[in-house]
Amino acid sequence: MLNRKVLSALGVLLGAAPAVAYDSSYNMPVGVTQIAREVHSLHMIVFWICVAIAVAVFGAMIYSIIAFRKSKGAVADTTMLHSTIVEVIWTTIPVLILVGMAVPAAKTLVRMDDTRNAELSIKITGYQWKWQYEYLGKGISFYSTLGAESNYARQLHSGIDPNTVKDYLLEVDHEVVVPVDTKVRLLLTANDVIHSWWVPDFAVKKDAIPGFINEAWFKSEKIGHYTGQCTELCGRDHGFMPIVVNVVSKEDFARWVADQQAAAKAAAEGAAPTATTATTIAPAASAAAAR
Amino acid sequence: MAHADTHAAHDHDHDHKPSGIGRWLFATNHKDIGTLYLLFALLMFFIGGAMALAIRAELYKPGLQFFDPGFYNSLLTSHALVMIFGAVMPAFVGLANWMIPLQIGAPDMALPRMNNYSFWILPFAFTLLLSSFFTAGGGPAGGWTLYPPLSLQAGDSFPLTIFAIHMMGASSIMGAINVIVTIMNMRAPGMTLLKLPLFCWTWLITAYLLIAVMPVLAGAVTMLLTDHYFGTSFFNPAGGGDPVMFQHIFWFFGHPEVYILILPAFGIVSEIIPTFARKPLFGYDAMVYATASIAFLSFIVWAHHMFTVGMPLAGEMFFMLSTMLIAIPTGVKVFNWTATMWKGSMTFEPPMLFALAFLFLFTIGGFSGLMLAIAPADFQYQDTYFVVAHFHYVLVPGAVFAIMAAVYYWLPKWTGHMYNMRLANWHFWVSTVSVNVLFFPQHFLGLAGMPRRIPDYSTQFTDWNMVSSVGGFVFGFSQILFVILIWQCVRGGAKATDKVWDGLSHGLEWTVPSPAPYHSFDTPPEVH
Amino acid sequence: MAAPRRHRALIGRLLLFTAGSFAFGFALVPLYSVLCKVWETGNRWYGTQTAQASVIEQPDAARVVTIEFIGTVAHAGEWEFAPTANTLKVHPGKLYEATFHAKNLTGHAVVAQAVPSIAPQSIAHYFKKTQCFCFEPQKFATDESRELLIRFIVDRELPADVDRITLSYSFFDLPSQTAANR
Repeated sequence: MLNRKVLSALGVLLGAAPAVAYDSSYNMPVGVTQIAREVHSLHMIVFWICVAIAVAVFGAMIYSIIAFRKSKGAVADTTMLHSTIVEVIWTTIPVLILVGMAVPAAKTLVRMDDTRNAELSIKITGYQWKWQYEYLGKGISFYSTLGAESNYARQLHSGIDPNTVKDYLLEVDHEVVVPVDTKVRLLLTANDVIHSWWVPDFAVKKDAIPGFINEAWFKSEKIGHYTGQCTELCGRDHGFMPIVVNVVSKEDFARWVADQQAAAKAAAEGAAPTATTATTIAPAASAAAAR
Repeated sequence: MAHADTHAAHDHDHDHKPSGIGRWLFATNHKDIGTLYLLFALLMFFIGGAMALAIRAELYKPGLQFFDPGFYNSLLTSHALVMIFGAVMPAFVGLANWMIPLQIGAPDMALPRMNNYSFWILPFAFTLLLSSFFTAGGGPAGGWTLYPPLSLQAGDSFPLTIFAIHMMGASSIMGAINVIVTIMNMRAPGMTLLKLPLFCWTWLITAYLLIAVMPVLAGAVTMLLTDHYFGTSFFNPAGGGDPVMFQHIFWFFGHPEVYILILPAFGIVSEIIPTFARKPLFGYDAMVYATASIAFLSFIVWAHHMFTVGMPLAGEMFFMLSTMLIAIPTGVKVFNWTATMWKGSMTFEPPMLFALAFLFLFTIGGFSGLMLAIAPADFQYQDTYFVVAHFHYVLVPGAVFAIMAAVYYWLPKWTGHMYNMRLANWHFWVSTVSVNVLFFPQHFLGLAGMPRRIPDYSTQFTDWNMVSSVGGFVFGFSQILFVILIWQCVRGGAKATDKVWDGLSHGLEWTVPSPAPYHSFDTPPEVH
Repeated sequence: MAAPRRHRALIGRLLLFTAGSFAFGFALVPLYSVLCKVWETGNRWYGTQTAQASVIEQPDAARVVTIEFIGTVAHAGEWEFAPTANTLKVHPGKLYEATFHAKNLTGHAVVAQAVPSIAPQSIAHYFKKTQCFCFEPQKFATDESRELLIRFIVDRELPADVDRITLSYSFFDLPSQTAANR
């Protein structure tokens, strides 16, 4: 009887889930890639399994607290000491639940690991405290630091209200521009200490480690701006090295690449990749905001 | 058995207490040392708590209000080190000192002088650690995990921090040896290992964990030290080292350390729930085996703290699955506690209230732990406030509430006085409500994308941070009630009976008078 | 006092135990070598820093793998360091050559060490080098620039699901004391 009640309550919650769960002020964003959606659904599945277990376990605890209190005349059943059958049952059921969770998790993990057939490779280097992006084979390279407005506002005693700054701490001077529906492979390394590159909407978080190269990839299915932050403590300004990825149409991306290459050629001759400078002129068609 | 003759030497100076400062400086009595540990832990709890409130004050709204980001990093690093090594661990060692001899029918701890050293190292260790705030470059700012190369950028605070950690480690190892030797050799006749109170059992297992992993931490930080000052390249890629190797070594220590912080809490809750449910613990053997399995598993799950470093797929699979396995023995424990309450006859004195809060809130921390174990999802959770919420749920309403439950449970036995129940109830309700206001919104912050260890955040995170900060200040200041209560109880109050609680009296500690005599058991009690 | 005799025996046993523990540390060395061999994917350094003694060429003409070269300077601005060619298409089982261009911009003579890293990490041991500038520290005079050579072969046994290998070098200045020691 209790179980049926629990199940129906859960049904109501599950039905309501899509409506409430996607508000990103208190839940993980669904994201704009296949992997991100899989991760989100894994997150929600495990969350609801935990809720179901919590309802059962906390229900039993609360029931005991209400029903078996001395003030209500409850007498302890001191013969109830152990039961091998019960112990076996409540060991086996969790094992089955865990196996049920592990299978989809393992499948997603394998897909995340598959970096084959990437159409664009971007090398990302973490610095204290900025990111460098190099488009491999395209001769495009630039640094991306916290936007000037945020940077003024975030100083101690700046007197500027962060609420007046658009995208406070989530804006940069040079955005990463990538084409939509394209598998982009990221090669991460760092110049000084360990950093970590995270964009929640792509479900990509990978450490950038000095001396080593790490791989990650994403394939955004939607045009828009996606933001993220460094997620490995990297010193004083760890909180002030955001990531902004501008996903544009393939045509806009081609135009952007041509612009960048022309600018690079004009700026310097025989430039090594690190010496080129670039600006991210956002193409007109890419206005859609992600959130 | 060796225990028949070990206590004979002390008998002549029955209840003669050394007086003055010497009683504390040269303390060899397990109760005096236990008291020192507990008071030290309380002091550190307030120092670490003050740092936490400073952090919450800075995070109350976006923008930098009070601190330079570098100083903020020092605050969060020291907060973690002080709370873990200064508050929670010494509190558990203090409880072990007080209660293990009383629970197993021994006159004292087996190695009283080592006991003295292991305590008196701590004040010096923390003086070193905290004095590093006054060095050039400020306190340690690389996080308590001390990941190189960042931690190697530290200024003069670096050697102070490393030596402080060495000293804490030495203290912990000595404390652990003492617990093992005491439990193995000094049990009363008839007390077989499977009759041992669960607090002793969990502490015995914890002590083995301590001995196993503290040298690992010492080794890791020593390698950092030589990398910094003697030109070695353990973690420096230029010389053929690997910064990620430090993370592996650190978490090989770090994960068992997490269980060092929670296993004694399991023991405490397993003592308290049967008393106030008036029903013996359900599945005693299963509880012992579950604790041992958790301890074993803690050695093979470490890399789940570092899924994002770029491990091979096989490694990620292994650590995901082994981590998920931990849910099973932990679940067994929660189910057994619930079954102990089932068909009991419960009353809700302060120790029971704290134990129940532990049961609910620790389980919430367990659920978020299970979510974190799912490696693909962990890429989204890693190093966000979701993780912060998770481990604070496990450590504050988990470990800290268990310590408070233990204090409320045994304080009348220690002082001989009952405490102010009204005040204790107030302390409980204010703490329990505020701790949830403090930490629950941090789950939302993490999922919505707020990284941890940042002094300032984007404006969309403002609301939940404000809620969390308000909860933090209420929780912090409500702990003053705890201090007032302890102070009052030490000074006086209604006389406590030997049995203290109107509940199921189990355990030898309730057979001695309240307050417990200076030397616990001169003649070993018989246990049947 | 009968104690000293018993204590001496105990001290003897404890010392023996300490010596045993110390010896056990060395006994672990072969154990770890075996483990590393079994689980070679767990070793981030495997095969990246040692020369292969002998390699037999047996090209697999049917298969093409893209090799991607990356150069990173550990301290920005002090070096020019980049691959001469960004990518190279290779047949597994065939020996290839590639070069990196390096120029010392520090304004004084310096010794540098290149640290290799391969992605995907799990196939690092299929990428074999017969010659590499990363095997030893490189001395550079003030403003000297040089082409640095690497010879490598991709193992024919390379798993079929790998279409691209990234070879990355990070260029570190070696502190003078390290350079002097070598």
